[in-house]
Amino acid sequence: MIRNLFLAYAATWAIHLAYMRFLASKYARLAREERELEKK
Amino acid sequence: MNKKLIIFAIITVALLAYGFRQAMFIAPTEETMGDIQRIFYYHVSSAFSAFACFFLNMVASLVYLKSRNPKTDAFALAAAEVGVVFCTVVLVTGPLWAKPVWGIWWTWDARLTSTLVLWLIFVSYLLLRRFSTAGQTPVLAAVLSIFGSVDVVFVYMSIRWFRTQHPQPVMGPGGGGLDPRMAHALLWNFLAFACWGALLIWMRYILERRHQLIEEAYAMRAVQGVAR
Repeated sequence: MIRNLFLAYAATWAIHLAYMRFLASKYARLAREERELEKK
Repeated sequence: MNKKLIIFAIITVALLAYGFRQAMFIAPTEETMGDIQRIFYYHVSSAFSAFACFFLNMVASLVYLKSRNPKTDAFALAAAEVGVVFCTVVLVTGPLWAKPVWGIWWTWDARLTSTLVLWLIFVSYLLLRRFSTAGQTPVLAAVLSIFGSVDVVFVYMSIRWFRTQHPQPVMGPGGGGLDPRMAHALLWNFLAFACWGALLIWMRYILERRHQLIEEAYAMRAVQGVAR
């Protein structure tokens, strides 16, 4: 029972951290695109 | 980086830590379910945040259809994406709570099924935005989100309208009541997750606006190139 409680909390933050990672990769890609735009 | 965003992020993390403490250590243990009931504080707060995100998405979509302002379109996308994240949490934590309490991971009752349909509608909204190449994509997405938002009302009311495996409401109209210490923990988690959702929407909105401005710059250069 308690295992599922920990799993639920771990899953919640794993999902949010995965989304944060997606945002970080998007930020890096946009920064790269902006640099390329300035070069052209 | 945006100073206001950093201050808001620090406040949000403090609220989440306080909400976690309330949920895990301060709220009393429920008599019949035991400690597993503590999933409630994340599960319900995530559902509330998902509903709020989808509502904001609907409002932004309506404003976009009226104004065609790209800022409202960026906000609609941000709210839908964060709503899907919260709805995913609801769909994952729900079965983890259901298995030890009901003896089953899933049942096709009105609340669970309508929540899954809500998630699918907004995942399709995000896929439409990601893969459609038509110039009318924001308009089509806005219309889809308005129809999708109707399901939010259905999900919320389903436990009142139908006999479901999912428990009846414990708060609000028709609620069965909640121990004040549990209500206290729940309200802090509501607030903490609402702030967390707002923070994610804020960050995603900034990124989407940057994306829009880059696209605009490329389009302007293409037009100038043609003009020459």
